[in-house]
Amino acid sequence: MLLSMEHLNKEYPNGKLAVDDFNLQVDRGEFICFIGTSGSGKTTTMRMINRMLNQTSGTIKINGKDISKMDPVKLRRSIGYVIQNVGLMPHMTIQENIEIVPKLLGWSKEKRAKQAVKMIDLAQLPQEMLNRYPGELSGGQQQRIGVVRALAADQDIILMDEPFGALDPITRESLQELVKRLQEDLGKTFIFVTHDMDEALHLATRVVIMSHGKQVQVDTPNNILRHPANEFVTNLIGEERLIRAQPNILSVSQIMLKNPVAITPDKTLDDAIDLMHSRRVDTLLVTNAEGVLEGYVDLDDINRITDATTPVSRFTNREVFYVQASSLISDTVDRILKQGVKNVPVVDAKKHLVGIVTRTALVDIVYDALRGAPATDEEPASPINADIHAAATHEGGESSQ
Amino acid sequence: MIRFLQTYGMQLISKTGQHLYISAAALGLGVIVAVPLGILLTRMKHGANAVITLAGVLQTIPAMALLAMMIPIFGIGSTPAIVALFIYSLLPILRNTYLGMEGVSPAVRDAAKGMGMTWWQSMVRAEIPLAAPVIMSGIRLSATYVIAWATLASYIGAGGLGDFIFNGLNLYRSDLILGGSIPVIILALVVDYLLGRLEATVTPRELR
Repeated sequence: MLLSMEHLNKEYPNGKLAVDDFNLQVDRGEFICFIGTSGSGKTTTMRMINRMLNQTSGTIKINGKDISKMDPVKLRRSIGYVIQNVGLMPHMTIQENIEIVPKLLGWSKEKRAKQAVKMIDLAQLPQEMLNRYPGELSGGQQQRIGVVRALAADQDIILMDEPFGALDPITRESLQELVKRLQEDLGKTFIFVTHDMDEALHLATRVVIMSHGKQVQVDTPNNILRHPANEFVTNLIGEERLIRAQPNILSVSQIMLKNPVAITPDKTLDDAIDLMHSRRVDTLLVTNAEGVLEGYVDLDDINRITDATTPVSRFTNREVFYVQASSLISDTVDRILKQGVKNVPVVDAKKHLVGIVTRTALVDIVYDALRGAPATDEEPASPINADIHAAATHEGGESSQ
Repeated sequence: MIRFLQTYGMQLISKTGQHLYISAAALGLGVIVAVPLGILLTRMKHGANAVITLAGVLQTIPAMALLAMMIPIFGIGSTPAIVALFIYSLLPILRNTYLGMEGVSPAVRDAAKGMGMTWWQSMVRAEIPLAAPVIMSGIRLSATYVIAWATLASYIGAGGLGDFIFNGLNLYRSDLILGGSIPVIILALVVDYLLGRLEATVTPRELR
């Protein structure tokens, strides 16, 4: 565990509890967003990581070492730090700004200069800019420098306090892409404070939602969108976003029914009818011994056959429309509806059958999104629907809240 | 004019030298004391007002009285004059240092600390360079005051260009009065110009 925060409390002299029993374990390469209203303790918590503030109680460990026993100056040099107001030194050139921490660490002049060039490339800015002063750059360019400056001494953990809050939406988006790339390509670990939900959902691998010093929910963006822990989270996310997010973010694998009813081609008509009857379905998917999807059999097709010993392979409908488990629902929904089929089998990359999506399941998603909550209290309308609800409840149980 | 220079030329040079010496010593002391004090005051906000008010009060003591008050302590000569002028130089330097340091953006201070600068490094590499233009303009202001007021120092036997002026007053000789005043004005203007140049060089390119 790269960073571990246990039972952190921060109490101000006036008795106000700014952070109340904060716990978080962060792995290398994670992108953690702290989000909450102002006064929720998100910045306070972040600033305890590089000891800009000291906790009243609790421990923070980096690579297993208790930071309260470390020299705060050395600690800060090993952690990148980016703030909203950029914090570039206005009297230093861009190069001097980038070289601040390497210089504090006593790097040689050549090594520092090389690193400055590397960093400005990383920021996707021209190298001529190294000799300019921060005031000659646009706000977005300044913050690009602010971001790469935090990496200049090869820091593993980067703390960011609402770094893009003051930027216009387009610039903000391009900077979000920059930090996302740094996290994905360089494996840097980010602790990112924001009050912009879109930003948090877009960037984070895990989101920490805070209110009045307490953690309300800690989870992946997907799980937070699908299972907001309480009304506070729902409000923070916003109705509109919930509706928009459901079909956009979910992948087919998340809404499909697992263990669809399937039969192998060597079985007989009798077996097929028995299976349909016992599982109360009108369609069977046909898979070979390795589980590769071959087609389906429909009750209508079976009705025309009289010989009960006919093998399934004889009346298998091989023109089957299927979708990949990893594809997004929003991309898939149109195709499913246009095909006019009731059920769509879901396969993995090697065409192994992994599940099934029903039209009713799609209807449920749209319905859940509009209501802002899973429809668990509804009476199941059909056996297939009942299965969907069971699956939804099951997934709800999996996510930690 | 030429006859004045022929008669008093040598004297004029040595008096100007004395004048500069007294002023520079007073100003130097003022900088050494007031700049660190001003920086210190930004770190303890409640003390700041009291100290700056005290410096303001010292400034209101009439120059003659302050010079006279120095005699029982330091006797006569240049030492009491330097001390008195030093006290006068404090306020502008102190106030500008305080304002300059206060004017450094909190983001810069936060970033400096957050990147792992020690208190001293943050001061020397970030905050003082950024406050330097304001501090320098305080020093410049003090310099002009001190040069002008150093004329009074001759009253307690410190010498300087004031000697001409006081002699002129006693002897009803306007040439002596002008012979003392004009060099003082020129001196003040030259020093002000030089310090102005210095102020420009310490101002970061971007802030100009």
